[in-house]
Amino acid sequence: MSNTTDFIVHDKEDNVGVVVVEKTPENHECTGWVMEDDSTIKIKANTSIPLGHKIALQDFKTGDTIIKYGYDIGKVVQDIKKGDHVHVHNVKTKKW
Amino acid sequence: MALPETFHGYRRENNRVGIRNHVIILPVDDISNACAEAVANNIKGTVAIPHSYGRLQFGADLELFFRTIIGTGKNPNVAAVVVIGIEPKWTQRVVDEIAKTGKPVEGFYIERHGDIETTMKASRKAKEFLQWASEKTREECPISDLWISTKCGESDTTSGLASCPTVGNMFDKLDSKNVHMCFGETSEITGAETVCEARAKSPEVGKKFMKTWNEYNDFILANKTNDLSESQPTAGNIAGGLTTIEEKAFGNMQKIGKTIKYIDVLEPAEEPSKGGGLYFMDTSSAAAECVTLQAAAGFVVHLFPTGQGNIIGNPIEPVIKLTANPLTARTMSEHIDLDVSAILRREMNMNEAGDALIKETMRVANGRITCAEALGHKEFVITKLYRSA
Repeated sequence: MSNTTDFIVHDKEDNVGVVVVEKTPENHECTGWVMEDDSTIKIKANTSIPLGHKIALQDFKTGDTIIKYGYDIGKVVQDIKKGDHVHVHNVKTKKW
Repeated sequence: MALPETFHGYRRENNRVGIRNHVIILPVDDISNACAEAVANNIKGTVAIPHSYGRLQFGADLELFFRTIIGTGKNPNVAAVVVIGIEPKWTQRVVDEIAKTGKPVEGFYIERHGDIETTMKASRKAKEFLQWASEKTREECPISDLWISTKCGESDTTSGLASCPTVGNMFDKLDSKNVHMCFGETSEITGAETVCEARAKSPEVGKKFMKTWNEYNDFILANKTNDLSESQPTAGNIAGGLTTIEEKAFGNMQKIGKTIKYIDVLEPAEEPSKGGGLYFMDTSSAAAECVTLQAAAGFVVHLFPTGQGNIIGNPIEPVIKLTANPLTARTMSEHIDLDVSAILRREMNMNEAGDALIKETMRVANGRITCAEALGHKEFVITKLYRSA
C-alpha cells in the first residue's frame, strides 16, 4: 500500500480533504486518496496544514457550502482558494 | 474472521452477565461521600463511588438521579453493594431497588449514628461482601450476554475517518449476534439528525428520535449565549481540525456503521427492554456523563474512540480506548488500548480494524484490564437536568 497519502477524502462529492500527515509543507504537491472510489487526486497546499485539518479541493466564495461525508457541514464566511487551509477562520456552522 | 461465540463472565442472580466483579460503596448523597470513601479505604478491593448530588432534587431530575444511582448498583459488573445515605428513607429506596436483582445489598444511614459508627458497621458488611464476591468465578457465556455501549470524545477528523468507523464496523458485524448495543450524544447528532432518523428500524422509532433531538436542540437554542464555539465543537475538537458541529456529527455517526438500525430510543439511564440490538440513548455529549448513564442502563463494556486523547474511565464499566490519530497514539500511548492509525496510512482496512476491536473487546470481557482501569480513571458524573429546590 502507498505510504505517501497526504490527505484523505471521504466521498467523491466532498469539496474538502483531511490532512493525515503531521504537517503538509508549504506549496507542497499533496496526494489525496478518495475513500469512496479509491481514486487518487493531487492538490498543491498553499500553506502548511496540520494533521487532521482540512484542505480545499476547489475555490469557494463566501456563502458557499462545504461538503464532507457527502453532506453539508457548514457555510463559507471568507473566500477560500483551492489548496487553502479550511477551518473556523473561513467556515461556520449553519446550526445554532 | 469468524465472530466469537462466547466469552467468560460472571453470571449474576438475575441472569445478566458482568465482566467485572466489583463490590461498590455507593453514597446516596453528596454528604455521605466521606463515609463511603472511609469504608472503601478500610476494605481493600472495594470501590467507593462519590458524586455531587442527591439532596433536594425533585421531579424528572430526581427520577433521573435515582435511575442513575440504582442502575449503577444493578449493573452486572457489580457483585454486591453497600449503600450509605444521610437518612433512612432514600437509602432504603436505593437498597430495595438494587435488591430486586437478587444481589447482596445493605444500606446504612448516618443520622443518629455519625460517620465513625456508620463507617465501622458498613466496613464489616463490605468485608463480608468482598470475601463472598471473591469466590465467584467466570463461566462461559454466549456473546449475546455482552452489553456494549459507545461514545467518542475529544474527537478530531481522524475520529470520523477511522476510529469511529472501526466501532461502526464492529457493530455491523455484531448485529446478527443479538448483542445489546448503545449510542447516544443527542446534541452531537446536530447536522446529521435526519440521517440518524433514517437509521431507525421503523418510522415510529425514527419519530421518537426526532422528538428527543428537537427537545434537546430547543433547550440549547433557549440557553445559548453564542454559537457554542469551544463547547460544541470543543476547543480540543477545533485544535484537531473539526470546524463545525455538523462535521463533528457526521464523524460521530460513523460509530453506528453502515447497515445496523436502532430499535428503540431510551431515556437517560433507562434499561433497554426490546431485546438484543442497537439502542439510541438521550444523553449529553460530555464523556463522563454519557458513560455513567450507559453503565446505569446496564451496559458492561464501553468502546471509546478518541482523536486528540480523551482519557476517561468509569468506576464499574471498563472503557476501551481506540484512536486513529498517530500523534495521540505516540504521545499518550498509556491511554490507548487499540491504535488504528494504520488506516490513515492505508496499511489497515476497516474490516481488519473492526476485527481488531472485536478481539480487544473480547480480551477485556474475559478480564484484561483496560488502560483507563490501570490508570485509575473512575469518572462518575451524574447528569443533572435543572437546579435543585
